[in-house]
Amino acid sequence: MITVNHLCKSYRIAKRNPGFTAACKALFHREYEIIHALKDVSFTIGDGEMVGYIGPNGAGKSSTIKILSGILTPDAGTVYVDGRVPWKNRIEHVRQIGVVFGQRSQLWWDVPVMDSFELLKDIYSISTPQYNKSLEELTALLHLDELLRSPVRQLSLGQRMKCEIAASLLHNPRILFLDEPTIGLDAVSKLAVREFILELNQKKGTTVILTTHDMQDIEALASRIILIGKGQILMDGNIDSIKKGSATIDETVAELYHSYEVV
Amino acid sequence: MKKIISDIKLYKHYISINLRCMMQYKTSFFLSAMGQFLTSFNVFLGIFFLFQRFSKVEGFTYSQVLLCFSILLLEFSLAETFARGFDTFSEMVRQGEFDRILVRPRGEIIQVLGSNFELTRIGRMLQALVMFFYGILNSGIDWDLMKILTVFCMILGGTSLFAGLFILQAGLCFFTLEGLEIMNIFTDGAREFGKYPMAVYGRNMLFFTTFFIPYSLVQYYPLLYLLGRRASPVYTILPLAAMWFLLPSLALWKLGVRRYTSSGS
Repeated sequence: MITVNHLCKSYRIAKRNPGFTAACKALFHREYEIIHALKDVSFTIGDGEMVGYIGPNGAGKSSTIKILSGILTPDAGTVYVDGRVPWKNRIEHVRQIGVVFGQRSQLWWDVPVMDSFELLKDIYSISTPQYNKSLEELTALLHLDELLRSPVRQLSLGQRMKCEIAASLLHNPRILFLDEPTIGLDAVSKLAVREFILELNQKKGTTVILTTHDMQDIEALASRIILIGKGQILMDGNIDSIKKGSATIDETVAELYHSYEVV
Repeated sequence: MKKIISDIKLYKHYISINLRCMMQYKTSFFLSAMGQFLTSFNVFLGIFFLFQRFSKVEGFTYSQVLLCFSILLLEFSLAETFARGFDTFSEMVRQGEFDRILVRPRGEIIQVLGSNFELTRIGRMLQALVMFFYGILNSGIDWDLMKILTVFCMILGGTSLFAGLFILQAGLCFFTLEGLEIMNIFTDGAREFGKYPMAVYGRNMLFFTTFFIPYSLVQYYPLLYLLGRRASPVYTILPLAAMWFLLPSLALWKLGVRRYTSSGS
């Protein structure tokens, strides 16, 4: 169960005009601009829910994910994830969650995937029987048998993403955060990843929070979407309730963005 | 206790995976290690030619200076090998890799240490060892157990001091987001001016390197003891006092981590 109440977060960003003179000035005198990344965000996500967290670039998606995963401390507001405050007891918290950053790898580039997995076993202090069980399940579901013994640098992006997801699930987390998991993948890999996430959610009841720009991901996976724009929750609801007539999901979302004037 | 054992286990695992990565690129490893060896050899030559002209510097002979330098070089290389993660930390922050560290149920320090070992520094260590043995054989030191212990303390204290400098540098980059070149004065720079016993540079420098960045504690004072110019056994453990430098470095680092989690950049 994730409860987020009145979450606020702002950043101070150095601003300067373009050009060399301005750059020199900025060396001595910085002007800052306060960016309000999150303005009073509240929502609740129940156990086993699969939620698409969407919004245009810079809407506050990654700030939310970073706060929920214990990386960032918010300015105001409360967050409870299964009763824990993520930033208060980081180590206890992150033991129970899995995070996949689609744009960044957590696997060691030059060694077989298996070596990275074994290291994660030690990082999370997973017991050997538990580890073997997870590995067996993940291997079967994601069809990893062929991949585990190849060095990461020789894998295709799709193959690597499957391994990344498996790596984030070895410790059997209750909650999985997926940050653009299908970015850059070909159609086959995308389908495989989606199918796996769906199965994970249905079989193990893992709560999944997914940020993506790929609306087909949302359509295939999320029973509920939360739309965020300019740091505020604009809409929280069922996917069918926002779809009008025969418009595609992309058009629907684009329309939504426009109607809320967030792009 | 259980935590310490599991941390040691994890640390060994990190070393092993870094070794496996390195072995993927054999040729590159050997060439880099050889390069490290040869670069340090230059310095050796520099000292050699200097002593062709002058037989003594501030009362220290050629082999004594060499001994002094070799120990410092060894300490520096050890710190560079094992604290490489901190040395290259700004890169880690810039690429967002530090986020990954924060979503794992382990201390930040052990994960940064484990992220990178610069094993090619073994070339430099070999060079240091060659000079070290040359120095030992020709410095006319009466070796006893205390003196051998002194050398160990020097290596331990000096490695900690350099590691502390790397941690300080990493801590600062939370505030500037750039690798700070100024820190190289104290790390790479120390390798240069550490060639000669600190007293060569005068009283002010000796004072600074005793109380602020305590190079002298791991270099000048124990050297005097080794050479029999000081007799008190305090000099044996004096190098360990240089470890205090880790405290402010780690404090700044912790402060930096706190700042990072509140600003996200």
